Amino acid sequence: MLLQIDWFIIIEKFILIAVIVTTALIVAMYSTYAERKIAAFLQDRRGPNRAGPFGLLQPLADGVKLFMKEEIIPLTSSKTLFIMGPLLAMITATMTSAVIPWGWTIDVAGRQVPLQIADINIGVLYIFGVVSLGVYGIMIGGWASNNKFSLIAAIRGASQMISYELAMGLSLIAVLMLVGDLRMSTIVTHQVQHGWNIIYQPLGFLIFFVCALAECNRTPFDLPEAENELNFGYHQEYSSMKLGFYLFAEYINMFISGVVMSTLFFGGYDIPFVNEAAWGPHWWVGLLGFAALMAKAFAFIFLFMWIRWTIPRFRYDQLMNLGWKGLLPLALVNMLITAVVVLLLNK
Amino acid sequence: MGITQILFWALAAIALFSALMVITSKNPVYSVLWLIVTFFTISGHYLLLNAQFLAIVNIIVYAGAIMVLFLFVIMLMNLSKDTEPQKNKWLKLAGAVAGGCLLLVLVAALRNTETRMTELGSGNIGLIQNLGNVLFKEYVVPFEIASILFLSAMVGAVVIGKREKKRVEDEIADAEVVKTEFHQNEPSAFLNR
Repeated sequence: MLLQIDWFIIIEKFILIAVIVTTALIVAMYSTYAERKIAAFLQDRRGPNRAGPFGLLQPLADGVKLFMKEEIIPLTSSKTLFIMGPLLAMITATMTSAVIPWGWTIDVAGRQVPLQIADINIGVLYIFGVVSLGVYGIMIGGWASNNKFSLIAAIRGASQMISYELAMGLSLIAVLMLVGDLRMSTIVTHQVQHGWNIIYQPLGFLIFFVCALAECNRTPFDLPEAENELNFGYHQEYSSMKLGFYLFAEYINMFISGVVMSTLFFGGYDIPFVNEAAWGPHWWVGLLGFAALMAKAFAFIFLFMWIRWTIPRFRYDQLMNLGWKGLLPLALVNMLITAVVVLLLNK
Repeated sequence: MGITQILFWALAAIALFSALMVITSKNPVYSVLWLIVTFFTISGHYLLLNAQFLAIVNIIVYAGAIMVLFLFVIMLMNLSKDTEPQKNKWLKLAGAVAGGCLLLVLVAALRNTETRMTELGSGNIGLIQNLGNVLFKEYVVPFEIASILFLSAMVGAVVIGKREKKRVEDEIADAEVVKTEFHQNEPSAFLNR
């Protein structure tokens, strides 16, 4: 009587979660390598090339280095919160992956297995909720360090994230009005049938992309960790792997936001100009879809890095001006126009 | 006991514990963090009632926005035991009496209500389609009035913010006047010496 559960679903979801989280971690790990290689390429250098062939073992070496370093917890810090900060940053970074459809539904031994951890009714809002929780990792870490510079950097970062969340949400509403559903799986299938959202929402995508840069604290919006002009950042007191977790969470965020943008605007796991739904629910079709989504996400990661090594950092007032006086009205206008057009076409 | 019931009791226990921690924590920052935990457990209850929209909006608005602002203020004010004003003994007593009265009224009001069985996990009244239909068809006038109320509150907040800024600017201007006067006086002061 107790706990009558479909055990297959538990096992299926457990495997899916393990695979997806591992993928996110590995991608984040190699993003650090890719970032250094791309930076080197853009600056006409060689980049890391000592550990392993082409320096491919560099992330492992970095990880070992971070683990081996001495761990310092400041005496006057609130110890629990100090440890919780990087933990929260990692958790919120990986949580978004739960609602993303990673590929076509596949057929495993007569069972229909969707490659999505949870196809909830409110998928887009869930993403939005997790994004809004991302502030806590920064704020708690910055405050618990008991250092004025950390606190100021944390507040800088949090106010930046709050400001850009608004424009991000408004640009999402335009997408939702097009699709008419908040489910992530419906958003993808709608795009498979009617063409990608980027065709109908170029401005919305641009706003979302800029906001995603800001939410990931990437250049040109990396004020929370402006090391040369504003002192280091909210992780100033952190050392060893705790610092590593903060930096790592940023790369996971970058990967996940690449995936989210591909899903919302670039058809998700859809391969362009190919009708792969007709091939049936084989495992390799699912894998192909997964590969397509990954390719799109990697393109975004490359774009993020390209921007980082090309554009200098904004000043704080410029950042706020862009967010509140530039992106927010633009997103509102975009939403209004989309609403009017959708209403006229539906009549 | 099904899985829903187990989840309900676990969530209820965590909700009560974290709510108690909110009011017993010495440090206000910890209070805010425990309050966020409470919001999460309440969202969990909403999920058990299959009200997914309500659950996620609770997290976005309360845990994601309002509590962040609370944290901002508390972190910047740097509250600690030394700076905390000591409340009057009579004030404390009055607070306890007032809180007790509120508790009495609430208990009296809730005691005689008929207990309805709620559908756990099956009803779909809380899903976003139904909620939208109800809000924009049956209750569209109160909904719009509420939005106007929000708008006026926003305008009010902006006006208050603007006024503060103007005062600060005036102060800066005053300071500059003083500074220029000082500078003008400086050579003569130097000569006099």
